[in-house]
Parts: sequence; structure tokens; C-alpha cells
Amino acid sequence: MKTTGFVKEQPWLRGVSRALPIVMGYIPIGFAYGVLAQKAGLSVWQTLAMSVFVYAGSSQFIAVGLFSAGISPLSIIITTFIVNLRHMLMSAALSPNLKGWSKAELAVFAYELTDESFGVHTMSFKAGNPAKGEIFALNITAQTAWVLGSWLGCTMGGLISDVRPYGLDYALAAMFIALLVLAISDRIQVAVAVTAGVLSLVFLLAGLDQWHVILATVIGATIGVVVEECSKTR
Amino acid sequence: MIFLTIAGMMLVTFLPRVAPVWFLASRSLPPLVASWLRYVPPAVLAAMLLPSIVAPEGVVDLHWRNLYLMAAVPTLLVAWKTRSMFGAVLTGMALVALSRLVWGI
Repeated sequence: MKTTGFVKEQPWLRGVSRALPIVMGYIPIGFAYGVLAQKAGLSVWQTLAMSVFVYAGSSQFIAVGLFSAGISPLSIIITTFIVNLRHMLMSAALSPNLKGWSKAELAVFAYELTDESFGVHTMSFKAGNPAKGEIFALNITAQTAWVLGSWLGCTMGGLISDVRPYGLDYALAAMFIALLVLAISDRIQVAVAVTAGVLSLVFLLAGLDQWHVILATVIGATIGVVVEECSKTR
Repeated sequence: MIFLTIAGMMLVTFLPRVAPVWFLASRSLPPLVASWLRYVPPAVLAAMLLPSIVAPEGVVDLHWRNLYLMAAVPTLLVAWKTRSMFGAVLTGMALVALSRLVWGI
């Protein structure tokens, strides 16, 4: 992203500015989550507690549905575990960039690891060596937007019912498109992305929802390594 | 009971996020594992993205009225040519908002 001189000098400001596309996506989605949670009968504190302590969008939406259906707590927790398991792959993929970090720093970082922050961190690490301040500022800005959106949804869900006229519902998809383009630098990676994307869609349509992303990623990355090794020996 | 459930959700969400960085960040990885991990970002980003634009309602929708898919092409071109995440995001959002305004979809 192009930044002005002042922002470039300040790691914290750079982190905040890099988080802006995430903020544009998180506030309306957090808002929708807050509205749904209220309709499901959760209190404002319960709704916000999930955004602060769990902080995982899709699993929060699913949990709200399960709470209102009266599903047992154990089932809700197991479902949450499965839905969020894909973060394991993202955490592993980022780990080579986090050498020398203390266990506590890693814990704080991992606590705020989401699909979107993973994407932006991957881009930052590829472009250079971002300062810890920039990395944490991005995470904190993103989660603040998520909690703020949730709170707005709780308190003024009746006021704004539709963000579609502003195209805000497309902010995160557009960001993933850009991050994907920026993450790809050779032909094998193009093949890996296409394979994983198509497999993910096929698995989803085949009814493997919740597992489709993990399965497609594992197969796609494995194909990438195999092709890379084969092209080396030739 | 809901707060206890949330505590459980917090635990099972945090553990998969933290375990890999705790175990891997301090180690030097075998070359094969390291190159496998380098393919994870393009794979996982594509795996999350493609279903959300090709099948936003859960079924494959290749009709031009599927704005998520139609807007993806110019968004991708802007990202590719400008290398700007922000520019791509604004392009995508503006195209979706304008198309709705013009065609009312």
C-alpha cells in the first residue's frame, strides 16, 4: 500500500493503515453479528464477550444460531473447534517469520490471528521485515473494529438494516483477491491456488463444509511441493 | 452457562492458533516442510476466496448478476497491475455498489 512519509516512519501508524481494508469489512460484518445475537436472545455482554474472547467471525455466527436453537454447550464448543481449525495452517505458515519472539509475544499475536490478519501479515512479511509494533497495531485495530461493529449491531441494529448499497459486503472478498494476487510470484503458486480454490469449492458442494478449506489447502500445498521437487530433479 | 460455553469456545479457538507458532517459530524446519508452508498462503487464500465469489449463496452461480464474481475480474486486474491492496479493495467495492445502483440488483 502507498503510504505518506510520516506514516512510513511510524510502525504503529503503518499497522493501523494496513488494517483499514479489514476495518471496512469487519465493522459491517460485526454489525450483522451483533444484530443476529440480539435476535437470538443473547445479552449485550455475552455478544461482546464472544467478539473479545473468541474473535472468530464465522464461528461466532454459527454459535449464535446454535445458542438460539438450544444446542448443548459441548456441541457448540466442538463445532467452534472444527470451524476454527484452519487457523492452525495459517499459524504454521507464519511461524518461520516469527523467529526470536518470546512465548508471550507469540501468544498475544496468535490470539488475534484471523483469516484477514493472516492475509495482510503474509503480504507484509513477503514485502520486508515489519516491526513488531506494526504487526500488533494491525491486529489490535482489526479486533477493535470487530468489537465496535458487534457493539453497534447490539445497540442500533434497528437503524441500519442493509450495508449493500455501499458495497461494504464486498470489502473482504476484494481484499482476499488482492492478497492472493500479491501472494503469488511463480507458476507453481498459480497452479496451487487454482487447485486449492477449485477443490475447496468441490468439497463445499459435496457437503464437506467446515472441512473444505483445510482439505483443499493441505492437498494444494502438497501438490505444490511435489511439482517443485519434480521440476528440480529434471 | 452461556459464559462458560464462551470460555470453552475461547480455549478451542486459541489453541489451534497458538500451538503452531509456539512449536515451530523457534525451530529450523526441514526444507520440505518449509517449502510446504510457503505454499499454504496461496492455497488457503484461494480456498477461502473461490467459494465465496463463485457460490456466494451456496450454489455455483456463473450468471452476470452474480456481482461478487463479475467484480472479481477488474479487482484482480487492479491488484495485479498496481500491487495495491487498498486500490483493489476500493475498486471492488465501488463496482459492486455502482452495479447495484445502475441495475438495481
